[in-house]
Amino acid sequence: MFSNFDFDVIVRSLSYLFWDGMTFTLMLTALATTGGIIFGTMLAMMRLSGVPPLSLLAAGYVNLMRSVPLVLMIFWFYFLVPYIGQWVTGASAPIRVGAFTSSLVTFTLFEAAFFCEIMRAGIQSIPRGQIAAAYALGMNYRLTMSEIVLPQAFRNMIPVLLTQTIILFQDTSLVYVLSITDFLGAASKVAQRDGRLVEMYLFAALVYFLISLLASRAVRRLQQRVAIIL
Amino acid sequence: MNYHWNWGIFWQTSPDGTYTYFQTLVLGTRWTLATALSAWVIALSVGSIIGVLRTTPRPWLVRFGDAYVELFRNIPLLVQMFLWYFVLPELVPQSIGTWLKQLPNASFFTAVVALGFYTSSRVAEQVRAGINSLPRGQRFAGLALGLTLPQTYRYVLLPMGFRIILPPLTSEFLNIIKNSSVALTIGLMELTARARAMQEFSFQVFEAFTVATIIYILINIMVTFGMAYLERFVAVPGFIGKQRAAPVVTH
Repeated sequence: MFSNFDFDVIVRSLSYLFWDGMTFTLMLTALATTGGIIFGTMLAMMRLSGVPPLSLLAAGYVNLMRSVPLVLMIFWFYFLVPYIGQWVTGASAPIRVGAFTSSLVTFTLFEAAFFCEIMRAGIQSIPRGQIAAAYALGMNYRLTMSEIVLPQAFRNMIPVLLTQTIILFQDTSLVYVLSITDFLGAASKVAQRDGRLVEMYLFAALVYFLISLLASRAVRRLQQRVAIIL
Repeated sequence: MNYHWNWGIFWQTSPDGTYTYFQTLVLGTRWTLATALSAWVIALSVGSIIGVLRTTPRPWLVRFGDAYVELFRNIPLLVQMFLWYFVLPELVPQSIGTWLKQLPNASFFTAVVALGFYTSSRVAEQVRAGINSLPRGQRFAGLALGLTLPQTYRYVLLPMGFRIILPPLTSEFLNIIKNSSVALTIGLMELTARARAMQEFSFQVFEAFTVATIIYILINIMVTFGMAYLERFVAVPGFIGKQRAAPVVTH
């Protein structure tokens, strides 16, 4: 079965796979997570604000993102981002957007919906008394949120946020549909060039598996450490 | 915005010569649903078995279940599709491999299997959580009454466990519908792929994607309502089900 298994093709392409491919994947994961958490937290605050237009808008956005497949969203933004760019910059024609920017915008906006739900749960996990106490001390909304609620909510939700990041890391492989050279894209290009599908896809699966497994183990250990017992 | 909108495009004949663009999207929806439903059969049955194994008192069964879940959860769905589609036929004996490659609708069957096993690991997690959320006394009471372990599961633990995990299972079912779009990478012409094809042939990007999005949202709403009904239908009076299902989807 493995008699004509060509390990050499993997060794030969290692630098391409990791330097070109994995860098893209990890950069995309890190930036989209950061952006997604910031935007998601804002959405969560809008949803919980109790101001009807704001909370409806946020809820609508989250539900829309969650009922549509990521693949379709990747296509949507791939074609939409040039027009958004034109609108923002006031250019006369749709602007050119690189593969990385396009996928970064997609993943940030898409994952924001999921991070929003996590942060909403986090904010709701803070006892109401603390918010009342903050207001009683004369703090305004902004101070209450930034000094009292969000730091605790964030800390409570760190394991869930990180788990979502692992999912995001796996999801970035879907940029394959735009023929982008992320880790899987690089593996698949080598696979097709050298006719070595078996080796390359098995190797890609192994790498994804190991990274996700180790990361989720680390998250589990962290979870036992950071848990705040209220 | 200098985009040229043309909603009439849906009633024009697509390059296949028989169907209008709208009909191709409807056909795509049928493939999406067929794929998702068939994969759900695998996901639910295999996932339930693995989930149950992980709650049994036999350590080696638990370890096997854990390993299974880790394996299928830590590899991206797209990579799993490629493994089933490109790699598996090369690893089995040649005659079987050739048969697999020549199978009509190979991409459909591959998608069903890949999606089914991928989702089964998530279902297994839910099933395990559901069974573990039951008071330990229920298992002991069942065994003390003289039921065998399988009987305890069949008559005591699973009926309650499944009712508890109905909301997360709804999310997984919605996920399997959405995830079926990944199968476009192995050539399955489901809804997203049809929208993509329509965009390539007609250049009406946003019309195609808008309608696909609306169809996905409609499917979502129907499933959510259907499952809420099912939840009320199977609710055990006096137990769970009092609090209506908190809406839906986790990732």
